[in-house]
Amino acid sequence: MADYLRPAYLEDALRSLARPRTVLAGGTDFYPARVGRAIEDDILDIGGIAGLRGIDPTPQGWRLGATATWSELIAADLPPLFDGLKQAAREVGGRQIQNAGTLAGNLCNASPAADGVPPLLALDSEIELASLRGTRRVPLATFIVGNRRTLLAPDELLVAIHIPKPAHEARSAFLKLGARRYLVISIAMVAATLEIEEGRIAGARVAVGACSAVAQRMPALEAALAGTRLDETLASRIEPHHLATLAPIDDIRGSAAYRCDVVLTLLRRLLSGFVP
Amino acid sequence: MKVAFTLNGTAAEFAGPPVTRLAAALRDTLGLVGTKVGCDAGDCGACTVLLDGAQVCACLVAMGQMEGRSVETVEGLLQKDGTLASLQGSFLAHGAAQCGICTPGMLMAAQELLRANTAPSRAEVEDVLGGVLCRCTGYTKIVDAVMDVANLAMEIVPPSGEAVGARIARVDGVAKVTGSDRFGADSVPTDALWIRVVRSPHASARFALGDLAPLRSRLAAVLTAADVPFNGYGIYPDVKDQPVLADGIARYRGEAVLALVGTRDAVLAIPDRDLPIVWQELPPLFGIDAATTLGAPLVQADKPGNLLLNGGVRHGDTERAFGQCAALAQGTFETAFVEHAYIEPEAGWARRVGDRIEIFATTQTPYMDRDEIANVMRLDRAAVRIVPTACGGGFGGKLDLSVQPLIALAAWKLGRPVALVYTRPESMAASTKRHPARVTAKFGCDAAGKLLACDVTASFDTGAYASWGPTVANRVPVHAMGPYFVPNVRTWGEAFFTNGPPAGAFRGFGVPQAAIAHEAMMDALADKLGIDRLEFRHCNALRAGDTTATGQKLEHSAGLAQCLEALRPHWRKALDDVAAFNRAEGPKRRGVGVGCMWYGIGNTSMSNPSRMRVGLAQDGTLTLYNGAVDIGQGSNTIMTQIAADALGLPAAQFVLVAGDTDLTADAGKTSASRQTFVSGRAAELAGRDLRRQILRLANAGADAVLSLEGTTLAVRDGGTVRGIDLATTGPLDGEGVFDPPTTPLDANGQGVPYATYAFAAQIATVEVDIELGTVKVLRIVAAHDVGKAINPTLVEGQIEGGIAQGLGLALMEEYLPGRTENLHDYLIPTIGDVPEIECILIEDREPLGPSGAKGVGEPGLVPTAPAILGAVHHATGVRATRVPLLPHRLREAILAQGKAR
Repeated sequence: MADYLRPAYLEDALRSLARPRTVLAGGTDFYPARVGRAIEDDILDIGGIAGLRGIDPTPQGWRLGATATWSELIAADLPPLFDGLKQAAREVGGRQIQNAGTLAGNLCNASPAADGVPPLLALDSEIELASLRGTRRVPLATFIVGNRRTLLAPDELLVAIHIPKPAHEARSAFLKLGARRYLVISIAMVAATLEIEEGRIAGARVAVGACSAVAQRMPALEAALAGTRLDETLASRIEPHHLATLAPIDDIRGSAAYRCDVVLTLLRRLLSGFVP
Repeated sequence: MKVAFTLNGTAAEFAGPPVTRLAAALRDTLGLVGTKVGCDAGDCGACTVLLDGAQVCACLVAMGQMEGRSVETVEGLLQKDGTLASLQGSFLAHGAAQCGICTPGMLMAAQELLRANTAPSRAEVEDVLGGVLCRCTGYTKIVDAVMDVANLAMEIVPPSGEAVGARIARVDGVAKVTGSDRFGADSVPTDALWIRVVRSPHASARFALGDLAPLRSRLAAVLTAADVPFNGYGIYPDVKDQPVLADGIARYRGEAVLALVGTRDAVLAIPDRDLPIVWQELPPLFGIDAATTLGAPLVQADKPGNLLLNGGVRHGDTERAFGQCAALAQGTFETAFVEHAYIEPEAGWARRVGDRIEIFATTQTPYMDRDEIANVMRLDRAAVRIVPTACGGGFGGKLDLSVQPLIALAAWKLGRPVALVYTRPESMAASTKRHPARVTAKFGCDAAGKLLACDVTASFDTGAYASWGPTVANRVPVHAMGPYFVPNVRTWGEAFFTNGPPAGAFRGFGVPQAAIAHEAMMDALADKLGIDRLEFRHCNALRAGDTTATGQKLEHSAGLAQCLEALRPHWRKALDDVAAFNRAEGPKRRGVGVGCMWYGIGNTSMSNPSRMRVGLAQDGTLTLYNGAVDIGQGSNTIMTQIAADALGLPAAQFVLVAGDTDLTADAGKTSASRQTFVSGRAAELAGRDLRRQILRLANAGADAVLSLEGTTLAVRDGGTVRGIDLATTGPLDGEGVFDPPTTPLDANGQGVPYATYAFAAQIATVEVDIELGTVKVLRIVAAHDVGKAINPTLVEGQIEGGIAQGLGLALMEEYLPGRTENLHDYLIPTIGDVPEIECILIEDREPLGPSGAKGVGEPGLVPTAPAILGAVHHATGVRATRVPLLPHRLREAILAQGKAR
């Protein structure tokens, strides 16, 4: 018989990871992978750990606890920096999934089409991992290493997502393309955070999802935007070669060529939305 | 582990594995089966409950997380005095529940919103219900019910003689809005054994079974092909080609190979590696081209060329007529496998009672099930009883056997009740699909736009087994010229076996696929001649008095022209609005399209009788014995309304006995849009028969007025009232039988294939994002000639639901074996995809039908895809030749068109 632990303290949780366990929080990825068969996983349910909850400001920025849900994020009092992440949250599944699913789970599941990844990349997020060996922080961009693969060691738990305070006034936005409204897996999605100083882009962070095994930042595009004016010519500064690192595939939702094509459109629209 | 929580305001406890899903605990342990399971994966929302006031999918919550929390389910919605909550009342009044399987989830999701906001906007309702899928309603009446919750409509209770035409609430509606209706998985006895079906992972393979003894020692039974007395079933008496359990050859992915029978835990715990099956994979045949290649392997050894059957209609001289045409149009159109995606997966249980077998399962066709089970089990028909449970959506997919033969065989063998509930992936892999079609059409008309000739060939991929393939291949040639008068016609239908899933019956039997072709031809001809697309159709519409291509004179009730006339002002306004919108630059382009259809009601050139009974018992109980299965469309209510007026007593006095093969007479299957027309006519005759007997007893004239109070039947004839005491008179029983008059089709397809036809036209307004290739349907106006709307609310519900499925067919639905076997990769429209719909009901009476009524079950779907695709063409210039028109396909076509210019 498989066992099921629901500790109240992080330390007990970490201790239990001395042997492999499946971590359960919102259940929105766990159960769908186990339809019509006996569930034999040894489970670590982290929902009872008070220290993993909440969305709170920190001296350096903000901390999203590992069990913070999409709905909690949507309801949280956060600055415009988070608008893009909130837009993504509203596009995750239906309201039921938003009420149960966690941002951290979305990262650990590491789907190429995970809705949370592009906006969190555009927020320069860092992932805090804990084990009995200690804690470490890694950039989100290095945390997800492939299709459904992360840096998480078997004895480690993702305990928080950290979002640094930007140096300037910053705003973010997100666009998702799917073949229907609600409950839809992205064909492609784009997210951007722009830091703005006196009408100029002091810093740009742009990410694209569902167009490569792991969602990516677009450094060439970011460089092209940095220092330019935030005006109506913004969208025209995007060049196809800025997106050369994308490697989309043909699948049931769309062809590779289509993804390359529409990502340009989505990015132009996304950036146009920043222009006052 | 013990968990204490609050359930609908009362303390509750659960003891069991903490990883148990909340949905399973509610249903299996706590006995609250109002919460439905549609996918167990958070994709459909049927199991939506409130957890600490917030909606969640109960299939995604671990019981280990429930300590101290509060869950609310549909069972908790009733008010303290036991009456319906206003939300439930609003669902009932608006007809927001059809089959009812999504209703508990919809209600709970809406409840989350209404607690905070009693007057929500449409957008707010959509956002909050966006996570619950409905396959029946098209969501229109659900949105209306939630928005209108504060203004509860009065219950409509028509007096004697005025039930037909009234918007009465469904007679089975209270059970649906309270979660007390019992579907296939809801009434399984606690001591029932379970079946887990082992299915082929390959589309084409040979296999050998190894030693089953180790498995058998762990389970109650392991059934193989050898355990099936007659291992073949199929819709047609002479085509029993589908095995209950495959015998050494698997012909499609998902085909049943073994049935493991034991306790639920035991059958689920068997790891796949313990199944002694040795597979030899073979190259599969996918698609019509592969199946028809010279020398292709045969899917069915006795079907050369992989041909199931073919046939057509010939009328006039098409070659000569094409030579006289001023304009010609031609094209080839392809469609995909489409999944029914009813929210209730196949489910049921069986028990042996002496030398009889009783089956309680979700079905559209209890009498065919009875005969088929008798055949498979080599039992007498009288030894089989089918008791249909509530059916959580069918759309044609529950016309074929699913769980029935396996539960029957296992229960018979073991002498214990045995249940089988398909998982969602299993339902999708195992069940029938809409036939993929390739339709090649050529139409021609004279300079004035009068159609002169058409030539249509429709080829269908019927998958691994015949199922309803013959029906599709027969029906389509009759309909493929469209609802138009065409003097010279050649149409041809053919179906080929492949290693795809068996293609069967799906709302329209191939006619929706053919309509995509003939409506594209109408647009092309109209455009070539510079004639308005709607007026072109109006000019060619079949009218009463016309003779069809099969040589049938339409004597009555051919209301396409009236439909188009009713649409005309909407069409002109939509064209103006779209032109105004498109004057602005931008990536969003709008277009308007129109689609027309006709649809023969009932079986094609085959007897399909219904028999109905109305009984007055000695205790005064008035009962409609109704063998027509209500699969959500509302036939229980329609039959009651018809019988009530025919008899002359109020509909509210009827008690219903529905679809139990021991208690009701054969009313045929719920398919081919036939129940209102065929069974409804039988119900009318049964009501009249009983009335005739009553009038004779009372020696009263035809206009006498009846009333029933207790056991006294009062007959008022002019000034005199005569009382009949049923307690002393004895029971009275009226019966009616109707079989629509048809004749066989000859070698040229000449004859009377259907007694009557439904007609319809719809217009769609769409907005295309030409940079992304996405299509948003903004509005649909649907005009349907239904003969007579027995219950306008239910008729609208059929049209709206059909439109949602037609939208899916046009834009998003494509079943790919092994790749879209779930409801997140296989997309059906959500509440945010279905636009505002306006229904216009045209009533061109059909004298054969009850009160003039025809049928509307399938017609709602048929014109929708053509209207949408026509609108996309209007907006972009792209004529879709392959559906679904997924965003990438449309974008690629737009780019290709740009290059061609």
